[in-house]
Amino acid sequence: MAKWIDVCSVDDLQPDSGVCALLEGEQVAIFWMPVLSGAEGPDAKIYAVGNYDPFGNANVLSRGLIGDIGGQPVVASPLYKQHYNLQTGVCLEDETVKIPVYAVRIDNGSVQINLSSLPQDGEPAL
Amino acid sequence: MSEKQTVVVIGNGMVGQYFLANLVDSIIKEQYQIVTFCEEPRVAYDRVHLSAFFTGTTVKELSLVEDGFFEHNGITIHLGDKAVTINRVAKTVTSAKGLTITYDKLVLATGSYPFVPPVPGHDRAQCLVYRTIEDLEAIAAAAKTGKVGTVVGGGLLGLEAAKALMDLGLETHVVEFAPRLMAVQLDDAGGAMLRRKIENLGVIVHTGKNTSIITDGEQCVNLMCFADGEQLETDIVLFSAGIRPRDELARDCGLEVGQRGGIIIDNQCRTSDDSIYAIGECALWNGMIYGLVAPGYTMARTVVADLAGNEAGFTGADMSTKLKLMGVDVASIGDAHAKTQGAMVYSYQNGDSEVYKRLVVSQDKKQLLGAVLVGDASGYGTLLQYCLNGIELPAYPDALILPHRSDESVGLGPDALPVSAQICSCYDVTKGAICSAIEGGCMTMGALKAETKAATGCGGCAALLKSVLDSELSKQGFAVNTDLCEHFAYTRQDLHNLIRVEKILTFSELLHKHGKGKGCEICKPTIANILASQWNEHILEKDHLGLQDTNDTFLANMQKDGTYSVVPRITGGEISPDMLIALGQVGKKYQLYTKITGGQRVDLFGARVDQLPHIWKELIDAGFESGHAYGKSLRTVKSCVGSTWCRYGVDDSVGLAIELENRYKGLRSPHKIKFAVSGCTRECAEAQGKDVGIIATENGWNLYVCGNGGMKPRHADLFATGLDKETLIKYIDRFLSFYVRTADRLQRTSVWMENMEGGLDYLKSVVIEDKLGLCDQLEQQMQYVINTYQCEWKTTIEDEAKLKRFRHFINSDQPDDNIVFVEERGQIRPADSDERKHFKLMEIA
Repeated sequence: MAKWIDVCSVDDLQPDSGVCALLEGEQVAIFWMPVLSGAEGPDAKIYAVGNYDPFGNANVLSRGLIGDIGGQPVVASPLYKQHYNLQTGVCLEDETVKIPVYAVRIDNGSVQINLSSLPQDGEPAL
Repeated sequence: MSEKQTVVVIGNGMVGQYFLANLVDSIIKEQYQIVTFCEEPRVAYDRVHLSAFFTGTTVKELSLVEDGFFEHNGITIHLGDKAVTINRVAKTVTSAKGLTITYDKLVLATGSYPFVPPVPGHDRAQCLVYRTIEDLEAIAAAAKTGKVGTVVGGGLLGLEAAKALMDLGLETHVVEFAPRLMAVQLDDAGGAMLRRKIENLGVIVHTGKNTSIITDGEQCVNLMCFADGEQLETDIVLFSAGIRPRDELARDCGLEVGQRGGIIIDNQCRTSDDSIYAIGECALWNGMIYGLVAPGYTMARTVVADLAGNEAGFTGADMSTKLKLMGVDVASIGDAHAKTQGAMVYSYQNGDSEVYKRLVVSQDKKQLLGAVLVGDASGYGTLLQYCLNGIELPAYPDALILPHRSDESVGLGPDALPVSAQICSCYDVTKGAICSAIEGGCMTMGALKAETKAATGCGGCAALLKSVLDSELSKQGFAVNTDLCEHFAYTRQDLHNLIRVEKILTFSELLHKHGKGKGCEICKPTIANILASQWNEHILEKDHLGLQDTNDTFLANMQKDGTYSVVPRITGGEISPDMLIALGQVGKKYQLYTKITGGQRVDLFGARVDQLPHIWKELIDAGFESGHAYGKSLRTVKSCVGSTWCRYGVDDSVGLAIELENRYKGLRSPHKIKFAVSGCTRECAEAQGKDVGIIATENGWNLYVCGNGGMKPRHADLFATGLDKETLIKYIDRFLSFYVRTADRLQRTSVWMENMEGGLDYLKSVVIEDKLGLCDQLEQQMQYVINTYQCEWKTTIEDEAKLKRFRHFINSDQPDDNIVFVEERGQIRPADSDERKHFKLMEIA
């Protein structure tokens, strides 16, 4: 079932920030942390989650600030500042709310996402 | 329910107004139709702080009545109309203008008048009194031609009046009949110390002087002759020899009055007529007239309670006072003169630092009966609590007034106070009320003041209030943590210093050296902001891009549906028709919702992220530049049209506004900054509601600082007067640089200043007197920011790398299909969720 879709080149990503991709009608926010995770190149952390903010009801999460809260990698919604765990999609302020998470990797300079597979054990695919 | 009864209040002074405010706040409000007469041409104002009128406080600022108070509460006020007769049989009040109102209940709050001794010549020209704003205007007018002013009366009010004369630049004398100043409150040694301090300030004090006649002077308008043969030439004679109750209305209608005046009241503040109450300085309770505002307020509350059928009584008032007279702290508590049987006295006198303190204690040394403090009244709050609450004194009571030179604290901690202890006497706020406000979420002095009104009257209890707040917060487990966030164990000010001193240029360098983890949405924008205000690199440079809030990232303001609004700079609100047309054309072309902002510019809403660079290309080609509406930075400098066009304009407010906006545009700061410039004191630009406000006067520019609108509006404080433009700009440079350097994250200038130890005075000492020796640095930093200004949008549209970010999808040119607009009043607006469903259905169909 593993179907990795090429999304864009790694050069299209914004370092330590997010972009949004359109994949089979789904809006996916992709966050790449080459500087802050202290690992340039293929070891840099990369995460993919849904772009839709369920509190603000708008497609904006790719434009949120990323970082970590208590060790969990998070994105903060730019609208009302709720935090979402980038590995699990769970909202830190309201654990009943969860956004989709997707498997994402960088392969030969190409960013790929697998819509059918979730990241394993909360660890994002590299 | 029966019909509403009518309560008529005669007098809209401090106490009359306080009564009205309490009545409309009470549950019986609906039972009464309220009518009030006010003899003066304006509604109640703060007579306690009257002398501030001469140092720039406006009549409006002195007002005690919120805008719309009478209208909102359905109170009929007859302004400038004096009540002249009361008919107790018909229960009517008739006014000078001939109005007759029938009352069910009548409240006399007629106040007092200044006593003028019947000395021959007391009614000569420039012999004045000090009570109303009209009196102040007469004094100011007389001071224009005179050089010497003399106050008759060395009491509390007399010394206030002397300060007013000093402020007007007159050679100032105080003539007192008693052998010492403030004879009622102070003992001989305290009075002598006060005299010495006041004389050092330039006031000439004459005690033991009985004025026998006032006649023509030679150098001055008047000559005062004293019983001991001495004489004094003076232009102004200002009588401040005590007050007399205004009881003429009561006398005329046969109410009982005291032998030496005053309307006799019982413990419910009822006069000899059950339907008539008297409160404040016109009332005589138990042979006493209370000339302070706090007892008057207590009487007002008593009447409201009595009308509501509640048990309440006025049982006398504590006459303790603390005030600052010409910068000298003076306080008197309880039995200052040790008249109590067996009372013992401790005193401490320090000639060098000009401090005098005296304690009066009970025979058994367990209770504090009274105290006098001159030169240092910092112990007032503690001593007053000992006295009022009968708290047992320490074994050696003199420890309370002796200077403590080690770390030991002898003050009475807030925890030692009972819940019933009155912290604020002006508004009768107990420690219990303060604690419950804190439990209810008031975590700052500002919030606490707004909620309880404590420390908003005379302000004497502010220090005590703060200590109660601190103590309660720490009890609730709020170890006051000032760390910025979990990634940086520093305050914003610390980080600013680290960045400046260690010349740190990027977030990752700072995180590596002084932080931990990966950062968050708190520290990233804060540090991006500090880096920008210090080094002023473009905020979308590679190292900074990931730190910015979405508004800064896209140089526009995100709205609820994820679209953005665009605000080009319109300096000073001045715009040519051609520019306005260009703006309109851009709005029309991109179908943007267009609205005028409060800051005199135009906001264009509904731009998709991919449209932003195109919109800005056209705006920049038309001559616009970024308005920084998206940043924590200078927003607008609002202006009125000024002397160029306005009949009343004193100076060119638009010209100055444009110059200032161009000077400070692009400056990144802890929060947004707003300016305004008014061309005259009519203040059409509302400069006193801004972080920096400037008002033109005939003597130069007046500078106001630290005001704001918003959730908790604050009037700006007068910072400096009569400035030329060069000095004005120098002060603003320093003020802004100091704010940028020392404020907390998202702290407006108002809160910054309020939390500053020493407040406005301290800020003045830093900015005007250069107390910290920082002014050169502050000015240089501002000049650096000004020199490195760039229009962020112009740089962005010229740089392909920066433009890459401005698209919704990285892999498609489609727009976001969740953005749906509908039309309203001829313009677009975001569709609501129902409308959006409908839209989707139509698409599917």
